[in-house]
Amino acid sequence: MTAAPSPEVLRAPLVVEFPFTRSLGPVQSAFLTGLRERTVLGVRTGDGTILVPPVEYDPVTADEIRDLVEVAPTGTVTTWAWNASPRRGQPLTTPFAWVLVKLDGADTALLHVLDAPGPDAVHSGQRVRIRWAAERTGAITDIACFEPYESESESEGAGGTAAPAHSGLFDDLVTGITAPARLDYVYSPGRAQTDYINALADRKTVGERCPSCAKVYVPPRGACPTCGVATTDRVEVGPAGTLTTYCIVNIKARGLDIEVPYVYGHIALDGAGLALHGRIGGIPYDQVRMGLRVEPVWTEGARFPDHYRPTGEPDADYDTYKELI
Amino acid sequence: MRDIAIVAFAQSDHLRRTDECSEVEMVMPVLHSVLAQTGLKTSDIGFTCSGSSDYLAGRAFSFTMTLDGVGAWPPISESHVEMDGAWALYEAWVKLLTGEADTALVYSYGKSSPGSVRDVLTRQLDPYYVAPLWPDSVALAALQAQALIDAGETDEPALAGVAARSRGDAADNPHAQLPGARPQGDYLVQPLRTGDCPPIGDGAAAVVLVAGDRARDLCERPAWIRGMDHRIEAHSLGVRDLTDSPSARLAAERAGAFERPVDTAELHAPFTSQEVVLRKALRLGDDVRVNPSGGALAANPVMAAGLIRLGEAAARIQRGESDRALAHATSGPCLQQNLVAVLEGEAQ
Repeated sequence: MTAAPSPEVLRAPLVVEFPFTRSLGPVQSAFLTGLRERTVLGVRTGDGTILVPPVEYDPVTADEIRDLVEVAPTGTVTTWAWNASPRRGQPLTTPFAWVLVKLDGADTALLHVLDAPGPDAVHSGQRVRIRWAAERTGAITDIACFEPYESESESEGAGGTAAPAHSGLFDDLVTGITAPARLDYVYSPGRAQTDYINALADRKTVGERCPSCAKVYVPPRGACPTCGVATTDRVEVGPAGTLTTYCIVNIKARGLDIEVPYVYGHIALDGAGLALHGRIGGIPYDQVRMGLRVEPVWTEGARFPDHYRPTGEPDADYDTYKELI
Repeated sequence: MRDIAIVAFAQSDHLRRTDECSEVEMVMPVLHSVLAQTGLKTSDIGFTCSGSSDYLAGRAFSFTMTLDGVGAWPPISESHVEMDGAWALYEAWVKLLTGEADTALVYSYGKSSPGSVRDVLTRQLDPYYVAPLWPDSVALAALQAQALIDAGETDEPALAGVAARSRGDAADNPHAQLPGARPQGDYLVQPLRTGDCPPIGDGAAAVVLVAGDRARDLCERPAWIRGMDHRIEAHSLGVRDLTDSPSARLAAERAGAFERPVDTAELHAPFTSQEVVLRKALRLGDDVRVNPSGGALAANPVMAAGLIRLGEAAARIQRGESDRALAHATSGPCLQQNLVAVLEGEAQ
């Protein structure tokens, strides 16, 4: 078969998704529980500055701070940015303004969003108030958003400059949050691994030879890690190979449809400079041995060998594979 | 203290996508280039340090793959920072200062094309109060830009001027992703327009650091690192004055930037508004040549763009176009972290 022009590199969706579970310290616990109860708490630093949202350590002195106070659900926009195209996960699905809001009684600003009809309806210095979420769980999203609020001065706010102390104690404190995160990628393995995967579709295994040290890498990643140069010389290896080392697996993995015990091994395909790994079948587990000659077994429609089985050849001499263990 | 210099710098062409290349395939040419420039072999390198981010790749320990391009056998002394390569350079500089190595290879790379970098960068934010709102990197920069406009520090035409100057200068930079001026475009997040924001792309960079007189053997005019420092501010945006950058100012002071004037500044300012903040914090007058390379507005491979600022400043000294240059790198939202280095060439 003559070499075809290199096909386009493979691409496939890759979704990384995780529920980020975090525990809260006393200050964050009080703040987020407070949001659930429609109460906004701040923390007072040593010099009397009131931080909202509150933190456990003074950002200037690093002293531990626990002195909770209650501030108002109303405040003033300190800066803003109009977002005409909301993105996934953001608090509103209609166009909105990102805002930093200094709540009445606080000295620092909270990041959130403002529901407004358009950018002309937003300005720094604007008075706003919290719109609470209908269902609140103890999370920053318990604030659904801010909304414009017809009030000229912060003296109408509940706290003013003399924010009242708060115990931070509520029934059933929130002690942790789960913040789901999802990132979407389109993964491309690059030229070398694309060649490897495409060859597997024809039930062939290909590697790449280093032009400097002549070692053949399977699967190829495009570089020789010993010499630090590109590997571009494509080489077909196998199909048979030698079992260089193995282990016997006695614990059944969840979702894995293989009876234990089974053998998992390193297989140096003929012509390869390093071993691949795969399952060994077609032989009782207690008769498997180093040096066993094996060949791949393909199942219908599979993208890679299901397992490797003995070829029936005599075992390979130790010296022929000792560098590949 | 030993004198340490940047003796070689290379960067890739920065492109919107590089699907045909794995990360190691993207990094290898720049590694080979800096070695070829110096005549050094892998075995001559005393310390190797890299910068990158697993979140860009969407894969754990992604940096280990690029080590294949370094030639890590026999075993080498190696380290990695999950940050821009400018911080990898800082670690290498300290390693050389302490005498634990005489030569260092520093590289960094980022492929933003597989994912959505605006979303990816939200994962570096405070996970309790901020990240659940998914404020993207452009939105946070826009809050800073509006604060500057409200304070009378800039306006939209001035920001457009920064964009036009940067991309105009990038016309002479063969590696730039956006060479030449282009329309400011529509608002991405108001007040920032497309033109105020960096391109999204893939790229890599590498430098070689050498201690002492050996630098003169490897490079006709080494770029001596006279000082380097990095500082961070409170991570809560609402605690900070977004119109200023006290961390950049302090880093510059500790790096010695204010002892004598600089003639060139390579600033890592991915957004036009951030150049306004940095010019003030770093006390750069109109006589200082800012971002002759085009800066991050012309090419912003995330995790490499800061290292490229150090490399561009060093290359300008090596070419004799600068005698004393300031190089700056940033990380985090709204210039949260800042690194400043002062580079000098000896009298010509």
